[in-house]
This record gives sequence, structure tokens and C-alpha cells, in this order.
Amino acid sequence: MVERSLGPADIVPPFEVEDVELYHPKSWLTKYVFSQDAKIIAIQYSLTALAIGLVALVLSWLVRLQLGFPDYFTFIDATLYYQFITMHGMIMVIYLLTALFLGGFGNYLIPLMIGARDMVFPYVNMLSYWIYLLAVLVLAASFFTPGGPTGAGWTLYPPQAILAGTPGQESGIVLMLVSLILFIIGFTMGGLNYVVTVLQARARGMTLMRMPLTIWGIFTATVMALLAFPALFVGAVMMLFDKTLGTSFFMPAIVQGGEVMAYGGGSPILFQHLFWFFGHPEVYIVALPAFGIVSDLISTHARRNIFGYRMMVWAIVFIGALSFVVWAHHMYVSGMNPSFGFFFAVTTLIIAVPTAIKVYNWVLTLWRGDIHLTTPMLFALGFIVTFVSGGLTGLFLGNAVVDVPLSDTMFVVAHFHMVMGVAPILVIFGAIYHWYPKMTGRMLGETMGKVHFWTTFLGTYAIFFPMHYLGLLGVPRRYHELGVTSFIPDSAHTLNAFISIAAFIVGAAQILFLFNLVWSWFRGRPAGGNPWRATTLEWQTPETPPAHGNWGKELPVVYRWAYDYSVPGAKLDFVPQNQPTLSGG
Amino acid sequence: MAAAIILVLVVVGSVAFHVLSPWWWTELASNWSYIDDTLIVTFWITGVVFVAVILFMAWCVFRFRHKEGRQALYEPENKKLEWWLTGLTALGVAAMLAPGLVVWHQFVTVPEDATEVEIVGQQWQWSYRLPGADGKLGTSDTRKVSYDNPLGLEPGDEAGRDDVVIEGGELHLPIGKPVKVLLRSVDVLHDFYVPEFRAKMDMVPGMVTYFWITPTRTGTFDVLCAELCGVGHAYMRGTVVVEEEVAYQAWLEQQQTFEQMTASAD
Repeated sequence: MVERSLGPADIVPPFEVEDVELYHPKSWLTKYVFSQDAKIIAIQYSLTALAIGLVALVLSWLVRLQLGFPDYFTFIDATLYYQFITMHGMIMVIYLLTALFLGGFGNYLIPLMIGARDMVFPYVNMLSYWIYLLAVLVLAASFFTPGGPTGAGWTLYPPQAILAGTPGQESGIVLMLVSLILFIIGFTMGGLNYVVTVLQARARGMTLMRMPLTIWGIFTATVMALLAFPALFVGAVMMLFDKTLGTSFFMPAIVQGGEVMAYGGGSPILFQHLFWFFGHPEVYIVALPAFGIVSDLISTHARRNIFGYRMMVWAIVFIGALSFVVWAHHMYVSGMNPSFGFFFAVTTLIIAVPTAIKVYNWVLTLWRGDIHLTTPMLFALGFIVTFVSGGLTGLFLGNAVVDVPLSDTMFVVAHFHMVMGVAPILVIFGAIYHWYPKMTGRMLGETMGKVHFWTTFLGTYAIFFPMHYLGLLGVPRRYHELGVTSFIPDSAHTLNAFISIAAFIVGAAQILFLFNLVWSWFRGRPAGGNPWRATTLEWQTPETPPAHGNWGKELPVVYRWAYDYSVPGAKLDFVPQNQPTLSGG
Repeated sequence: MAAAIILVLVVVGSVAFHVLSPWWWTELASNWSYIDDTLIVTFWITGVVFVAVILFMAWCVFRFRHKEGRQALYEPENKKLEWWLTGLTALGVAAMLAPGLVVWHQFVTVPEDATEVEIVGQQWQWSYRLPGADGKLGTSDTRKVSYDNPLGLEPGDEAGRDDVVIEGGELHLPIGKPVKVLLRSVDVLHDFYVPEFRAKMDMVPGMVTYFWITPTRTGTFDVLCAELCGVGHAYMRGTVVVEEEVAYQAWLEQQQTFEQMTASAD
């Protein structure tokens, strides 16, 4: 897979392609608003995701205010509390993490890293963003509708989600379901684009096994999302029918307020199967791009080839495939046939093996490296700590019988925040610090970046590590107040207050990050084309930020894998993928 | 340098927190000590992996930090090392999975001699039903729920007439006898949750779910709802009393049967 030496005969002549097929914008409106350039669409996706993510951040503050100091903030009643946690969860998982990794980084990095001019269907790509924006607006509108947004929990389990007694059952739940349906339509447009682009538009020489792991992660995650989101789509449509047309897909005979309702014959568990058939792959839809990106961050900043590249690729593919047969580990205590537990516990624990391999290969890449502790590298290290912690607690919850006492407790909340909240978000930050210079031509402030990193990393660890122990004690999740409960000592309330204070500090640190984003846009140190001395194609563009079409007249030709760092005999400690020989030239 | 030290401190702090934490599981009150044991095995295996991986990483960050003239090793892969690590991981996973599956088998296999108790959830209270003298629970149907028949018992079913019905009160259980807990809901999902029992299961309208326990410790335990069931979720509380057989029988004597209930309503 690695060509150590190439003779002059192996060098392919430049590949000239007139970029006539691209629609070049003719006005400000088509250049920056209704743009068909994947790089602009990526920034639109990212800014929208960050904006709605800020709403989720504020919601998490309100949740922590209530949990840490239940006696002081009386305006947060049960109704508001459930609305806050529901919207916080849904926004973070779908509208921030999924949109940012695939719509944001996917759009920006796929064409650049594989040496394409743009996505293969630029117009559909543009539509994808606008439908996503519409989905976000519909979701946000539910804050202003009578009854407010849904408070059914982000899992939206029926029958509760559409019945009286649950906040937002008047119209919030309808807007939520419509927004999800829109999101999936928009995502499908983008997702098909990413898959076809990776398969069809790679530069000459960019074989699949030469692709950077970032692309492998995003590509596999997109394929998974295209297969998993339809399950949620179907679930959302059926629930919408149950709510608005009075069908009974998920509704058995129900008595509420002494009245026998008109529903009958449906199955609440069917929804859970559909939800988690999407929901578990969703964890990896977020995690795989993070795995890929962090591999590239570690390799670049440790000046060392990623260790075990082929194993890393197969681990990504294997995890992606396996993640479709583990969904019911979210349902060990759901009342489904208990025999399922055997199968799902086995598949779930098997998935730990390829995941562990990835962790080993990351730390083995650090071993005998030349580690530059840049801000992106720090975030990558923080990711490893939080991911290892969150991944290992997954072995508790995946093992059916251990899950029984821990399910629906704060242990679960701590676990999934560590593994699919904190860990991927640390990667997002690391990736933004890493690629911001390419997007803007300027470096992000390094000192501000380091303060941001240490506060965020140590702060989130202080929030979620102790939280596991509240769950172990038995503190249930989704309780807006614990009241008097014999097994919960006063010290648990003190710990909750501590966690809340840590959460406020972490949240505040994000303001510094936002400031850094804006400040560096104008005042940041000029970056040049390849400030990290990286090998991958996006750093070899003729212009920074890259122009529409990315490559000028000549498409790059790829001669090597993405990890030729510190190759013995090379002039520099990195050899770009499009450089024919080790010595350059 | 500083980064490596902080990483070490994160590991030391995590282990210290684990050892010194006053927040630990409640004292067990059922037969499910195997669940606790499996949890301990999992804690040990995952704890060792966590400490080893993060300390190794911290050491790399210290030992291989950038210095003028340092050259990283160029080594794309090392098959032998990778397969060793894969094998060891598979072994560790098996060590957690094997006891987990054995105990899960016990968890889903109800002993022959278990007596049945039914718990019914509704927004937002618990009700209970115990078999009467015939030792059998009568059939039920959510559509039959009414003011006089809160649990929806089939009025025509003879087996249900002597069933003991407790609406919104306490549940008593005799110590040392296996109980199959049948779970029903008449409205939304609920989950009968007593941390000291370890076992729990969702209640799903339209079907009957179950778990089984043998209470092993007398005492009064809080019941919580563990599956989000609307705005009253946090207030859906109850009490279970585990007591000696004699006290249990005395309590049982005082409870109303379904027949008595309907008779007093007429």
C-alpha cells in the first residue's frame, strides 16, 4: 500500500479537466446564499448547526439549574423541565451532531480530500441544506406554539408522546415529527451525494485504500444513515398518523382519566424497535466521522503514519455493519421477548473488539511519534480519554443483565453523554481548529484555543464521570426533582450541585470559542496553504481558501496513501499525496 | 509535559473517586447478587483497560513530545501486535459476556414455585393484585377498566373473583419466597423500580411483562417509576414492604378481594 520509491516512468502526466460542468455563481446571492459550492454549503450547515446547538446549550444550563438547585428556580416546573431535556437531546443528536459531521465536515472535506471539484450533484446538495434549514425552523417554531415543544423525552416513546399528561402533545409533537421527516428528506439528498461523490469522483490514483480515514468515516456513516434514517422516517409518519388521524400503529387499548380511548391493537414496542433500528446506528453515524477525523488529527500532529491503516478501515466497516444488529440493547427492560437479550448482548459486546482496536491504534500512533501539542492534537487526546471512558461503560449497559439495574438511571445519561456527546464534540472542536485555516486562510487563536480545550475537557469530565455513580446509587433519569427518597442521601444533592456548577463553567467556555471564531476571521495569523504540513489533498489546493472548483485547471493525481509522515529518506517529514517522489518534484 | 501530568491526574483522580465514592449501590434486598457480581467483574476489567490505555497515552505524550531533531518512527502496521491486542480484547470481552449470559438466563427463567403478583401502572400511581385462595389470577382487559373496576378484571372470570386488589396502597411481599411479578399498564409506559431489588421491567399497555425476584431482606423500600410517563413521572411513588411470613399473612387478611370490592360498590 505504500510506494517507497517511484521511478520517473511511474509519474503520471497532469490530468487536465476543463471545469465547464460546474455552475459558477453570477451574483452575490448565488455565491453566498443559494450556493451550489459544497464548501459554502458546508459552512451554511455548520453555522446553522452551531446556532441551534447554542439553543441546546442554553437548555442544558436550564436543566442543570433545576437538577443542581431544585429549590431555587421554581419557574422550572415538570412541564418545562421535560420540554428542555427533550429539545436538548433531539437538537444535539440530530440537528447538531449529525448535521455538523455529515452536512458540515462531509460537504467541506469529501470533495477536497478525494480531489474532486465539487459534489457530483451540486444542485441537490444545495436543496439538502435548505430543507435542513426548514427542518430546524419547524423545530424551533415548536417553542412558540400553544402548549410549547414536546416533552416526551428525545426517544418520543408512544403512547405517552401523543397523549394528555405529556407536555407539548397539543402541537409540539406534531412539529417535532414533521421536522424529523423534513430533516430525513434533506439528509437523504445530501447523503446520496456524499456516497456517489466518494465512489465516482475520486482523483486519479485515489484508490479506496488510499483514502484518508476521515473520508472512510464519513462515507461509512453516510451509507449507514441512508439505511437507518428510513426506520425513523416510518416511525415518525406512523406516529403522526396516530396523533392526527387516530390510527393505532403504536396504540393499544388505553384508559386515560377514566375514559376508554378509541385506540386499540397497536404496539408501543414496535415504535421502540423502529426508533432504535435508527437510533443505534445513529450513535455510529456520529461516532464514525469522529473516529476518522481524529485518526487524521493524531497522525498529522504526531507526524507519524496512522498505525494499522488497513485494520482501521476494516474496523470502521465492521462497526458500521454490526451496528445494525445491536439496536435492541436499548430495550433489555422494554418488555420485548427476553430471549432477544442473549443475541443482542453478544452482538453488542462483539462490537467492542473493533472499537478497541481503533483505540489501540490511536495510542500506538502516538508511540514513537513526534508529538506537537497543538490545539487540534489536545482535542484529539481529550477525545481518546472521554471515548475510552464512555466506551467502557457501554460494556456495562450492553451486557443485558448488568443493564437491568442501571437502565433508566443517571448511569445511562452519563454514559451516552461521555461517548456520543463529549467525545464527538471534542473531535468537532479539534476539527474546527484544524481546518479553520483552510476555510478562512487564518489560524484560530492558539492561547484561546488551549484555554477552551482544558476548560471543556476537564469540565465535561467533571460533569459526567461522577454522574455514573449517581446512577449506580439508583438515581433515576428524567426526574426534575428527587424529592424525599430513602436511598438517596443528601450528599447526592451536593454532587448534583457540583455537576451543575461544572456545567455552567463549560458552557461559558464556549463563548470564548465563539469569540475566537469571529476574532480570528479578521485578526488571526495568516495561515498559508498548509500550516500543519499535512499530506492530504485539501492542503495542496492552489488557493486558500480554495476557489469554486477547488483545483484550478489541473485535477490532482494521487501517488500515495494519506499517511506518509516521517518517511525515511524523504526531504521533509511529510509527503503530500499528490507528490510523485519522496524528495519532491 | 503539563498535558501528560494532567492526563495522569485524570486517571489517578478517577480511580480515587471510584474507591472513595460514598455513592454506591444500595444494599441488596433480593436474590440478584449475581447481577452485582457481574457488575464488579465488569468494573475490574474495564477499570484496568482504562488505566492502562490512558497511562500509556500520557507516557507517549511525555516521552515523544516534539523536540528539535526528533524523527517519528515510520511503521505502517505491525500485524503481530495488532492480532495480539485483538485476541486479548476478545478474551476480556468474553470474560464479561459469559457470566452476563449465564445470569441473564437465570433472570429470564422463572422458578416453578414462584407465586404470581400483578402490578398495574397508571398515570400516576401503582396498584397491585394478588391471587386469592385459588392461587390463580383472573384474566383482565384494559377496556373493562372503570371506577369500580380500576384494574380492568374480567367480571365473568371465576378465577378473578377472589383476587386481592390493592389500589394505590402498599405492596407486601413475604421474605424468601420467589415471586413472579406480572406487569401491566392501562395507559402509557411505566417501570416498576425498586433499586434494592436490582430487577426491573417496563410496563407496556396492551401486554403483560414480567420479572422475578426472591426478596432476601425485610424492610420498607421506595418504589419509583423508571420509564418516563408524563409530567407526574417523578411523583409516581409507592412502597414495598418485605416481611416475615406471619406478618405477611396478617396483612393479606385485611385486604379486599375483587368480589368484596364490587359488592361494596353496588
